[in-house]
Amino acid sequence: MNTLVCLLQSRKMVEEGSTLMRRMEICVAEAEKRSGKNAVSMQETFTVYLIETRPMDAVAEGHNPAPDCLWRRYSEFELLRNYLIVTYPYIVVPPLPEKRAEFVWHKLSADNMDPDFVERRRVGLENFLLRVASHPVLCNDKILCYFLTEEHGWKEAVYETGFQAKADSRLRALSATFRVRNPDKCFMEMKHYSDELQSHTSQLLRARARVADRLYGVFKVHGNYGRVFSEWSAIEKEMGDGLQSAGHHMDAYAASIDDILEEEEHYADQLKEYLFYAEALRAVCRKHELTQFELEMASQDLISKKQQREELATGIVRTFSFKGMTNKLFGQEAPEQREARLKLLEDLIAEGEETVKEKTIERAEHVEKAWVDIQRFKEQKDKDLREALINYAVMQISMCKKGIQVWSNAKECFLKM
Amino acid sequence: MSISAPRGLASSGQKPITEILHPLSAAEEPLSPGPDVTVSGGRDKEVGLTNGTPVETPSPASASVLFNRLQLDDDLDSDGRDPYADTETHDLFVTVDDPKKHVSTMETYITYRVSTKTTRIEFDLPDYSVRRRYQDFDWLRTKLEDSQPTHLIPPLPEKFVMKGVVDRFSEEFVETRMKALDKFLKRVADHPVLSFNPHLNAFLSAKDLNKRQGLALLSKVGESVKNVAGGYKLRVRPPEFCAMGEYLDTFNQKLGTIDRIAQRILKEQSEYLTELREYGTVYASWAGSEEELQRPLEGVAGCVTTCCGALEDMSENMGQDFLPVLREYILYIESMKNVLRKRDQSQAEYEGRLEAAVLRKQEDRTPIPAEVEKCQDKMECFNADLKADWERWQSNKRQDFKQLLTGMADKNVTHYEKCQAAWESLITLLQDKQTEDKTSCKSLWEIRQ
Repeated sequence: MNTLVCLLQSRKMVEEGSTLMRRMEICVAEAEKRSGKNAVSMQETFTVYLIETRPMDAVAEGHNPAPDCLWRRYSEFELLRNYLIVTYPYIVVPPLPEKRAEFVWHKLSADNMDPDFVERRRVGLENFLLRVASHPVLCNDKILCYFLTEEHGWKEAVYETGFQAKADSRLRALSATFRVRNPDKCFMEMKHYSDELQSHTSQLLRARARVADRLYGVFKVHGNYGRVFSEWSAIEKEMGDGLQSAGHHMDAYAASIDDILEEEEHYADQLKEYLFYAEALRAVCRKHELTQFELEMASQDLISKKQQREELATGIVRTFSFKGMTNKLFGQEAPEQREARLKLLEDLIAEGEETVKEKTIERAEHVEKAWVDIQRFKEQKDKDLREALINYAVMQISMCKKGIQVWSNAKECFLKM
Repeated sequence: MSISAPRGLASSGQKPITEILHPLSAAEEPLSPGPDVTVSGGRDKEVGLTNGTPVETPSPASASVLFNRLQLDDDLDSDGRDPYADTETHDLFVTVDDPKKHVSTMETYITYRVSTKTTRIEFDLPDYSVRRRYQDFDWLRTKLEDSQPTHLIPPLPEKFVMKGVVDRFSEEFVETRMKALDKFLKRVADHPVLSFNPHLNAFLSAKDLNKRQGLALLSKVGESVKNVAGGYKLRVRPPEFCAMGEYLDTFNQKLGTIDRIAQRILKEQSEYLTELREYGTVYASWAGSEEELQRPLEGVAGCVTTCCGALEDMSENMGQDFLPVLREYILYIESMKNVLRKRDQSQAEYEGRLEAAVLRKQEDRTPIPAEVEKCQDKMECFNADLKADWERWQSNKRQDFKQLLTGMADKNVTHYEKCQAAWESLITLLQDKQTEDKTSCKSLWEIRQ
């Protein structure tokens, strides 16, 4: 199902930098089922999505050439995103649509193969690509470009970057969170905010699903009126026609809820995007904690080495050390040994200083770049969510109008009874 | 169908139930007519205060009674059929309102004011105002049933209420019951035969309803029908009465179904309301952690709350106005079926006696006793009354259900209108802020443009 073709007029472009979007028109046009053998040689069915790209210049010149296209499955999108997260830890990386249907209300299918789910996922994947391609930093990434243009060479290229090795281990990140001493206050506030955002969006999604469920029930019961009015009209003379027609309107009313709720799923998807965005935001904040922590550790290490050197040089033991104890008990070591140890320490200190310098720079760069992207993210979020709320209000109004229509029609029929 | 005082609307300006007043002291004043009262029969009679009648206890419903009478006139004109317009005079108007709680050491109960305005000579005065309790209405109905068994007597609201389940003194319950009592009395007052019943007269005018005395005013027919002998078997029921019976059975069934559906809807709506309230609070709490989005989110929370209120109103209305009328008709059908059964018995008795008499005549030339002729009279009276009442009843039923269902449709439309207004005002608020926004960052919607 081909819905929106994303046409980007060069006039209306974002001013900062030359984004991919300026050069290419991107869309996820279709979805198809495929079968194949997976990694463990088992037969499986999966869905692939068609990515179409067209160079902007051609479009601007009015040529309308056929788009380049290739097929990708969800797991490839995941791979791309993981690469981006590792490679750009100071960027709030746009999220993918959910892997499995969650927050379903009872009539909504939780089946990944369900056509409605696939369609909504197609839109979500398209949003992901559009967001990435219009991001001032991410849009220039080579791997992203290959993803969009090289059907077969892409995976090799991404593995070649060795990004998986660069990924921070979960354990390290968690440890940093607990042990870091002086994380930047703003980042901590932002991290707290990301928790709030996640909590509120997920609460809202759950509540909305429950409301949808109940509303469905209310509408469907009205369908029973349709049937009983029809039966009743059979025994009436003058009242018969009016009742019969009113019954039809009741049936229409009961049926209308299906479309209403399907449309509302789009709103839910918009909320979900920011539910997942909250996680991306938190990841950036945690990366800050990690860089800060590593800097602290490196500094601490350097300090302790310098202390050791001092002790060694002056013979005064400030802090308890095993060497100090053994010295006291067994006498000082020989001068050659001391020299050797001092030399070693000096080397280590030099290394340590380098490390501290590196970590300082790493931390500072991360703080600077991340803060810029976080501001960008905030603005984007405010705009997007405001629009989502407007859309939601529009949907509600449309539902009210339909309701008024149906009941007014029914009233006309009743008046004719 | 007749149009005297319209139905079920006399409820403006009631005093609160908790006012403790002896019920009989409230309004027993015989209302004296003013000097320039002109009372005439016919449809154009003005009701109540417009004549300049000084009335001690003003009937607060007069204005609305008048207004609604006019409305109903319009309805009937467009309706086109009013089989009783020419045959009935509209000279008896009754209203039930002003519920008051009466507390004594023995019991607590509610009394209602019953106001009457009439030009009939059967009444001594043109106005009456008495206080009656449910028991009194019940007495009246029983007397009507006994004395006019060939007629369809309108139903009363249910007598018994489960003490633990329903609060007999809650405003909603009393209001609902009062509307039903008002309807009952109006239907009786509208009826060309029942309205002349002396028990009704006593009910409307007597200071003290001495029920134990039992006015010995049974009509001839009543007397004889009361003593219908059982044990006769009906051979062939005339088709029109068969049709009535079948209709009542099916109609009863459908009403029962509608009642169940309406209750189910109320239940579903109540559960929906619970979730919707929770949903609104989530928006409000999210607003707390946002800056730019705080007002929009609060706006949405506000809209959701407004919608909750609108839904609550509608559900309350359905419970108070819609369901009671359905139940009333179900009771009506019950009593009508009883009347049909009695008619059957009356026919059976006549046919049985006739057969026996004919046989005896054949045997020993005994003339057909007067008894048998009386039975025939009885039966024919019964049939005629029933047929006439049936037509009235059908016509009333049509009006009642038209009103009931259009009322339901109206409530739904109003509910949606309220919700729509709330959301529309929110959009204006949200879109205003949008145009102010001049940041370079793009929303997803803008990217897609």
